[in-house]
Amino acid sequence: MKFYYHLLSQPSRALYIFLKLNNITAEFIIIDFPNGDHLTDEFKEINRFQKVPCIVDDDGWKLAESIAILRYLMSKYKNIPDHFYPSDIRARAAVDEYLEWQHINTRFGCGVYFQLRKKIGPFAVLSEEALPIFKFLMESTLEAIETLWLRGKKFLCSDEISFADIIAACEIEQARMTGYDLFENRPRLKEWYEKVKETTNPYYDEAHVIVNKIVARSQKAKL
Amino acid sequence: MKFYFDLLSQPSRALYIFLKVTKTPVEFVKIDLKRLEHLTNEFKAVNRFQKVPCIVDNGFKLSESVAIFRYLMQSNPNISENWYPKDAKSRALVDEFLEYQHIGVRYPCAIYFQTKWLLPTFSGKPPNEKKVREYENLMIKSLDTFENIWLASDQKEFLATKEISFADILACCELEQPRMADFDTFKDRPRLKKWHEKVKKETNPYYDEAHKNVYDIIQSKGKLSSKFDLVFIYRYLRYIKFKKFFE
Repeated sequence: MKFYYHLLSQPSRALYIFLKLNNITAEFIIIDFPNGDHLTDEFKEINRFQKVPCIVDDDGWKLAESIAILRYLMSKYKNIPDHFYPSDIRARAAVDEYLEWQHINTRFGCGVYFQLRKKIGPFAVLSEEALPIFKFLMESTLEAIETLWLRGKKFLCSDEISFADIIAACEIEQARMTGYDLFENRPRLKEWYEKVKETTNPYYDEAHVIVNKIVARSQKAKL
Repeated sequence: MKFYFDLLSQPSRALYIFLKVTKTPVEFVKIDLKRLEHLTNEFKAVNRFQKVPCIVDNGFKLSESVAIFRYLMQSNPNISENWYPKDAKSRALVDEFLEYQHIGVRYPCAIYFQTKWLLPTFSGKPPNEKKVREYENLMIKSLDTFENIWLASDQKEFLATKEISFADILACCELEQPRMADFDTFKDRPRLKKWHEKVKKETNPYYDEAHKNVYDIIQSKGKLSSKFDLVFIYRYLRYIKFKKFFE
């Protein structure tokens, strides 16, 4: 199986961590999208949406969309620990609930806010007026995680870590890269974030090498 | 199982159609979005996110239409397999669309609809023309991708495979939304139109039933028939905190 990714892409990082944590055999291929490599005809053959992450399975079969890829991997590899995507119907539904909610909430909020602040990416074309709107969305999302998702449990969907937690942590990193203080007045968020890293390291840090450099630079800029 | 919905909401319509077509036994409970019933404390106890659709199954609460759909498929093994194939690769192709559609289809169509029609209708203020144009461009791009990539293949009749799946129902419901704001998503797009007709054929009479209010609004060029009342005004004041999105 070939796994196409780049560590500046949040869902790429989430799948990278998941693959490494579970020792899944794959050829890791970096697509340099900051340099436009995702726009080549060659890559369009691999993913018609010209995005990362995506996979090409051993028989040449192609799949995009990180959450779809996660589900496919869970069905293909039977030895992955159940808690990442439980087989119990209700426990699974609870994880699905976050995986569906996060697209227009965590991802969109943190991701577009990052694009508007750094002036890169497809949403950077939106006008200046969009910035406060997406900051509001990002903060509402973080509040929802703090007060609704993390209420009464250790992780987002249950007391055990699932893929929902991995993707959520990767998405909120986008906000960190702008210098925004995610954890101010959000103690549950902070505690959860540390637990996610602890449970998935060293792969979490490995996946976030570039991100952490950018965060360090943005903090230096503040001083 | 209780299914909470409002046919003004695209994912509500999608699940409504799915439940009716598959004859899945549920109690249909209408939540009136126009009267902001979803913002009441009583409803907050049903869905912490205060949105429709959602379900409560013997005390188990679940929101997010795609999560609900999967839960229904797993809890009702008698439902016909085409809606969500058992084969891992076919299923993954349906998943691919279900994940893509949030930002690829739903967002551009919904934000256009809300900016051009929903908020102006509720507030009485004219739409922000600059924003409407911006969102229209975003929506057109996403419709182009839909037609040129999702519907490009001659090898499948529907979005994911040769047979209709939940992806097709959900997509159609999302694409109907901008029509209420007088933007015909299917106009001059023959592939889109042809596929839309096929989906309706496979799911009628429930598709038309779910879209009755939508068709009425499209016909009347965006005029709502319900009247103002005090309850509405009171609830609108609470709705104001969401105004930031549309002004």
